[in-house]
Amino acid sequence: MEIKSPQFKSRASAALENEQLQSALTHVRSNFIDKRAKAARELPEFEALRDAARDIKNHTLEHLDAYLEIFEAKVTEGGGHVHWAQTATDARGIVLDICRRRNVKTVTKGKSMIAEEIGLNEFLEANEITPVETDLGEYIIQLRREPPSHIIAPAVHLTMEQVRDGFREAHTHLPDSRPMDEPENLLREARGVLREKFLGADMGITGANFLVAETGTSIIVTNEGNGDLTQLLPRVHVVIASIEKVLPTLEDMSQIVRVLARSATGQEMSVYTTLSTGPKRPGDPDGPEEFHVILLDNGRSSMLGSEFRDVLRCIRCGACMNHCPVYHAVGGHAYGWVYPGPVGAVLTPSLIGVDQAGHLPNASTFCGRCEAVCPVRIPLPKMMRHWREREFERQLSPAGQRRNLKLWAWFARRPFIYRLATGVASRALAMWGGRRRRIGWLPMADGWTAHRDLPAPQGGTFIARYHRQRRRRRS
Amino acid sequence: MTADRETREQVQVGLFVTCLVDLFRPTVGFASVKLLEDAGCQVHVPKAQTCCGQPAWNSGDRKSTKGIAERVIAAFEPFDYVVAPSGSCAGMLSHHYRELFDRDEQWRERANRFADKVHELTSFLTDVLGVEAVAAKVRGTATYHDSCAGLRELGVREQPRKLLAGVKGLKLKEMKDAHVCCGFGGTFAVKYSDISNAIVTEKADNIDNAKARMLLAGDLGCLMNMAGKLKRDGSAVEVRHVAEVLAGMVDQPPIGGE
Repeated sequence: MEIKSPQFKSRASAALENEQLQSALTHVRSNFIDKRAKAARELPEFEALRDAARDIKNHTLEHLDAYLEIFEAKVTEGGGHVHWAQTATDARGIVLDICRRRNVKTVTKGKSMIAEEIGLNEFLEANEITPVETDLGEYIIQLRREPPSHIIAPAVHLTMEQVRDGFREAHTHLPDSRPMDEPENLLREARGVLREKFLGADMGITGANFLVAETGTSIIVTNEGNGDLTQLLPRVHVVIASIEKVLPTLEDMSQIVRVLARSATGQEMSVYTTLSTGPKRPGDPDGPEEFHVILLDNGRSSMLGSEFRDVLRCIRCGACMNHCPVYHAVGGHAYGWVYPGPVGAVLTPSLIGVDQAGHLPNASTFCGRCEAVCPVRIPLPKMMRHWREREFERQLSPAGQRRNLKLWAWFARRPFIYRLATGVASRALAMWGGRRRRIGWLPMADGWTAHRDLPAPQGGTFIARYHRQRRRRRS
Repeated sequence: MTADRETREQVQVGLFVTCLVDLFRPTVGFASVKLLEDAGCQVHVPKAQTCCGQPAWNSGDRKSTKGIAERVIAAFEPFDYVVAPSGSCAGMLSHHYRELFDRDEQWRERANRFADKVHELTSFLTDVLGVEAVAAKVRGTATYHDSCAGLRELGVREQPRKLLAGVKGLKLKEMKDAHVCCGFGGTFAVKYSDISNAIVTEKADNIDNAKARMLLAGDLGCLMNMAGKLKRDGSAVEVRHVAEVLAGMVDQPPIGGE
């Protein structure tokens, strides 16, 4: 996927001006937040489950190599194949090899952020293989040739009108007069179109919410049932998953599932939780002839020993972006790569480099709401700050900013001189504010005064005035 | 009661006034002193204090932060408690200083001992000193904004509301999404001013819709951001730090107001 994160600022400004987007984004606020809060409130052990989920993920990351090897052995035992992909290029190559060997022309796809991360659709198309997204949101944006703007609600940036226009343009075989004014009409239409694709596909590709080591099982949670059809009907099923998706046992998985949907959509559970373990066995009524799991590293193993390790606990519920005021304001596309919102602000610099994604960890007020709702308690603001430290050390932050900071810090370390400077500043700014007691424009602070006034100081610093008063009282 | 009051007089509190209050709004400092003294504390205002170092910390400049933090710790070591009229600065001193020095053999112990003593003002009054009510009288309605660090790092939510409920003549009206960020975020407000503006615009709408005469909060940074937006848009809402109202010191013009 093309990296546009360096243009975060201009993309964010454009997003703020985009009325259609702003109207679509109001749904994020109303839909997800209340539902999650209700789900959390109604489950007395929710907070304890969050702790358990965090601990399970921590334990797994501690022994990741061992659990991955167990997973591989189990998949192989069941007649499946495990492929190790160090990079996105490796992963794409493995998919293509399987496609070529089995003469695959059409691929149906379940929702997969890893497929986005490795740019799979474009790659398949370039190799004359047709990918068909089968998740409704993914299908909508595939028609528009857009990347997802949210990790669980890929088309959340669109209004219903935009979806309708997209369908009209793509489904020219359907009568113009068909009813399209209710979401149900659109859903039925997509279903009808996709049904044919499911039946004709040579290969199904899904992501994985979890991989279970003890059984060699890959698990997806969905609400539409498209995942099941994607992985059951074609001859070949390929799972692409990043290495941190593995969990030791089914018991661990079933604990984490209890916080996943509640955190994501406020559901107790997603409609479908689908476990697939190996290819069709003799006597099975259905299932693929071949079962492959591609395990993608793409930089994650190097995060294990770093201060960014905790972000590998992420179970991709989207709660952090659903609760983020910055995400609410600009939406997911502004972030310029696969993962938006707070988790993207930590993960993206790890995966594509902080020199490219430097804006992302900076564009946060550190309000902490993401950490407060994260089901696996990832300290997201702390890790964004770690990225800011890396940027500062590598002098990637703007030179002017660093110079101002150093100058201010020089004063802040010298209380006597600082007192003199702040005394002068408070009086000068108070005078500037005049009788209105606020400043409408200030050089060096035009970022502030472009949108709001700067309340003027009362005049004279507290410390000077306080000690003057005490001296007077004593004498 | 007298004995209680006498023991309390033994409580030595260092007031960490915060750089914004020091520079922009001394009234908040005087209000804090009054509230602490009324509660029986002996208040000290060390002249060696400048800033908690948060701008450097949040900009990734660990070295400058340490240089500032070491001076803060040294300046406040003599006191039983360190109190700040800001959840954000109190969070910096009580939470982030621990992280800042966690790999520093020489300073770790000192930083942790210091951090243990730090409290946000309203939380110190209620949770530590057990103050049930303040003596102030302020007529009118007010809505309260929960600043992020105070709320989510320090759990400050009920404390200011409880104290405000005891102010004679004052009625509290909750706004929608009081716990949602105002878009200040320190340097964020300047570096990403478009996004900050979008967030504070929504906040200002919620404040106006609460139909209260006053907007109160516990952090001057957030207050200046919200007041700046409200005033730019011509809102009549009076913006004040919660300490001013609790101390009954509302004779000064409100933040950004005439």
